[in-house]
Amino acid sequence: MAKRESTFINMVVTLLLVTGIAAASLGYVYELTKGPIAEAKLKAQQEAITKVLPEFDKLGNSYKDLKESGGDSLEFFPAYKNGELVGTAIKTYTKKGFSGFISIMVGIDINGNFSGFEVLEHAETPGLGSKMNAWFKNTEKPNQNIIGKNPKSTKFKVSKDGGDIDAITASTITSRAFLDALNRAYNSYKKEE
Amino acid sequence: MSQWKNFSKGFIKENPVFVLLLGMCPTLGVTSSAINGLGMGLATAFVLVMSNIVVSLVKNIIPEKVRIPSFIVIIAAFVTVVQLAMQAYLPSLYKSLGLFIPLIVVNCIVLGRAEAFASKNNLVSSAIDGLGIGLGFSFALVLLGGIREILGSGKIFDITIYPENYVTLLFVLSPGAFIVLGYLIALINRIKKN
Repeated sequence: MAKRESTFINMVVTLLLVTGIAAASLGYVYELTKGPIAEAKLKAQQEAITKVLPEFDKLGNSYKDLKESGGDSLEFFPAYKNGELVGTAIKTYTKKGFSGFISIMVGIDINGNFSGFEVLEHAETPGLGSKMNAWFKNTEKPNQNIIGKNPKSTKFKVSKDGGDIDAITASTITSRAFLDALNRAYNSYKKEE
Repeated sequence: MSQWKNFSKGFIKENPVFVLLLGMCPTLGVTSSAINGLGMGLATAFVLVMSNIVVSLVKNIIPEKVRIPSFIVIIAAFVTVVQLAMQAYLPSLYKSLGLFIPLIVVNCIVLGRAEAFASKNNLVSSAIDGLGIGLGFSFALVLLGGIREILGSGKIFDITIYPENYVTLLFVLSPGAFIVLGYLIALINRIKKN
């Protein structure tokens, strides 16, 4: 079969058909994967909440804090055990990371202490800033570990800036950003109370 | 050319990374670990095979002057399929490759094979060419990612080989990618000479 000639009509019709077919098939695939994608996201969120909070048996309705300045709102997930509040998971964020946006799920127990955290999304340098998820949980290094502490009694700043938390070696910017996200969650939590 | 040769040329003789030097952006960007290299390589291989098949099927009904935009639309459609499927069924891999998946659209290997091979050959040859080049690309990415992971974080596929205190961090950062790639290209050239 010889090649179609490049007349104006041929070109327009071809492009129209190619884009039309592509759009239709993508719409179909989108419909197919919409459910699983939402499920996967929800599952990741649920897993993070379970990891950062003390044991609970029921999750209350989530609510959003719209007052916090800085554009995006924080999302709160209160957790109950036998009907009593045991802690609140907060989905917080910072835009000050070495590569911009970082999203973190933090848990705050009823005494106002951080009960855990889980980094949800980040683009920090592998091998440096990406270590934050393990670094700030290291129970053998009390100056790195933030779990069980709260910004009221501990200065939530890196030691270089006069705070009480040791920054990740060679990743001060990531560490500052991390603490920024935690402070944002804590301040917003206090206001909600 | 026999089909076997057609398939195997992607590994050494016409390896897209080591010989053709195409698609350098994802190559250098994602290979901080072997698993990232594998995921990126296989995603690209899938897109290559599918777009090669479709392009070889429609090559005669597409007028010469609009062939490039048509090929790009076809490639972009398959990339979006990969992106949606990965988001739905492999969310953790999607998280680490996220940004680079949409970039497969502009990966010159894919358009290069569509233009140089699939638009001139029949369906079977084109599919085999796509598979060979795609797996060759995966092979190169895993090799590069594996070496960088071992030197830079003391692990391979997340299995620790030696303690983290002795690693050379440079290798998981961008300069490490260039250094390892340079040595690998030298090595491949040496092998090809013999």
